[in-house]
Amino acid sequence: MRWILPLAVIVLLLVYPFVVNSFWLVQIGGRTLGFGTIVLSLVFLTAYTGMLSLAQMTVAGVAGYATAYFTAPTGGVGLLLPWPVALVLALALATLAGLLIGLVAVRTRGIYTLMITLAVAMAFYYLTLQNYDIFNGFTGFNNVEPPVILGLDLGANLPFYYMSVVLAASCYLGVRHVVRTPFGLALQGVRDEPDRLRALGFNVPLLRVLAFGLAGFIAGIGGILNVWLNASISPGSVALNPVIDVLMAGVLGGIGHPAGAYVGAFVFTIVDNFAIDFIARERFNTLIGLVFLAIVLFSPDGLTGLVRRAWTRGTGWARRDRGGAPKTDDIGK
Amino acid sequence: MTKEEALVVEGLTRRFGALVAVDDVTLRVAPGERRAVLGANGAGKTTLFNMIAGDLPPSAGSIRLFGEDITGLSPQRRVLEGVRRTYQKSLVFGGMTVRDNLYVAVRGATGPRLAIWTRAEHQPDRHETDTLADRVGLTDRLDTLASELSHGEQRQLELGMALAHPPKLLLLDEPAAGLSTRERESLVAMLADLPRDLTLILIEHDLDIALKAVDYVSVMHNGRLLAEGTPAEISANQDIQDIYMGRHGK
Repeated sequence: MRWILPLAVIVLLLVYPFVVNSFWLVQIGGRTLGFGTIVLSLVFLTAYTGMLSLAQMTVAGVAGYATAYFTAPTGGVGLLLPWPVALVLALALATLAGLLIGLVAVRTRGIYTLMITLAVAMAFYYLTLQNYDIFNGFTGFNNVEPPVILGLDLGANLPFYYMSVVLAASCYLGVRHVVRTPFGLALQGVRDEPDRLRALGFNVPLLRVLAFGLAGFIAGIGGILNVWLNASISPGSVALNPVIDVLMAGVLGGIGHPAGAYVGAFVFTIVDNFAIDFIARERFNTLIGLVFLAIVLFSPDGLTGLVRRAWTRGTGWARRDRGGAPKTDDIGK
Repeated sequence: MTKEEALVVEGLTRRFGALVAVDDVTLRVAPGERRAVLGANGAGKTTLFNMIAGDLPPSAGSIRLFGEDITGLSPQRRVLEGVRRTYQKSLVFGGMTVRDNLYVAVRGATGPRLAIWTRAEHQPDRHETDTLADRVGLTDRLDTLASELSHGEQRQLELGMALAHPPKLLLLDEPAAGLSTRERESLVAMLADLPRDLTLILIEHDLDIALKAVDYVSVMHNGRLLAEGTPAEISANQDIQDIYMGRHGK
């Protein structure tokens, strides 16, 4: 039974382009995968290391801005580099940004980590807004396109979708892998009992900083997908709203399991796109707020928690429900 | 040449502002010895442990492990030198299985700690968790989440984690806290079964357990070392009995 859900997801992802139009393919599918990968970086931090961050969109923005700076100079700002070099630089910078934010946040807990990462996020936002030498100020960068490899234009709808699938799946499976390695188990030790972990010989602050670095790398991949999808990046991409959207999507989907990142990103993207059809644009935040409230009230472990419980009841396959927010992974095991 | 001591604590002192929690304590523990540190609440026992394990820097004094000065080492380095400890309350990794809890302990003691390419179940040292589980009687609980264990089982797990990659010096902070009478008995048996080359120091409130499980006893009172002796001497000493039962002075 345990392979049914993963298999269904794989089939769905593969045939999806052939049953939907281009809007659903790129604006819903592509966005879910790119944005979802940024959310995944937050879920990884929260589910396996017990740390929250509001700076994941910022780290994604670092990768996005770097991609733009090195592949799509705008208004005389930027330095054109071959795309592989540009992408490696973008990911390296995102990882570095993650590590630096980790260094700043490592001594704080809970609400204080949120405040300090929010402060970093807002500082970066104002930096991009006011700096013209690197970030091109309010305008940002335009025409940021994915490369053409051997005649295959990765910017075309279908290749872009499949590239997003491959990258998002790699990140998802990568997280699932890492949390089962000695390093990943140690991170879960940081989450459960940091004092005990230290008494076992681990360097807890180092583990925390490295987790932020890895989360930065994942967010960087999402950030690159995002900048290609929008074909542009500007301070609005790293402003307060998108910064908070990451947390919202994470909680919607379920902050306890990596699959929750993509479920949350999907629901968020749907509401984001279609709310306008039956509600005034300026009421979007009211609607998403109400959806958020309903989820938090009825399923504190998000939509994946709902699915998990239905699945457990339906098949009796999983171990008994432990109740409360999930801390370990069950789905797809 | 004099016989090398497993642990020598000399003039160890810890002040918290005006409070002297541990005051000029000197201890010598022989290799393989089982030692109990007794004392009422606030006597400074846990603070002493915290300094030996490296969780708290001493205000003065020195700590030597098998002749080597470890006073300035980080807690992580002391683990590598063979010092392990448990805590007063159960500190297990609730979101992980018993096997993963034990495995983290194995990796902490030997490294590499940041291995990221191979999953735990394919690591060559994974089987060491079986030995540890066997030693503390948790073999049939290996795949249970630590948070689902009973309190007694969690204490067993803690002991198992502290035994990973055999320590030279094991510090047990009230291992019997919160255990039932039956669980206490099996704990005493488990302690008796530990390899004799392991040097063991335990803090205990339960005089029965402490006196049954150890060779030698140090009694602390208000941060100072008050008396030392064999369990028989200590139980015969009326002054100590009074202090320990809290009938003495303030």
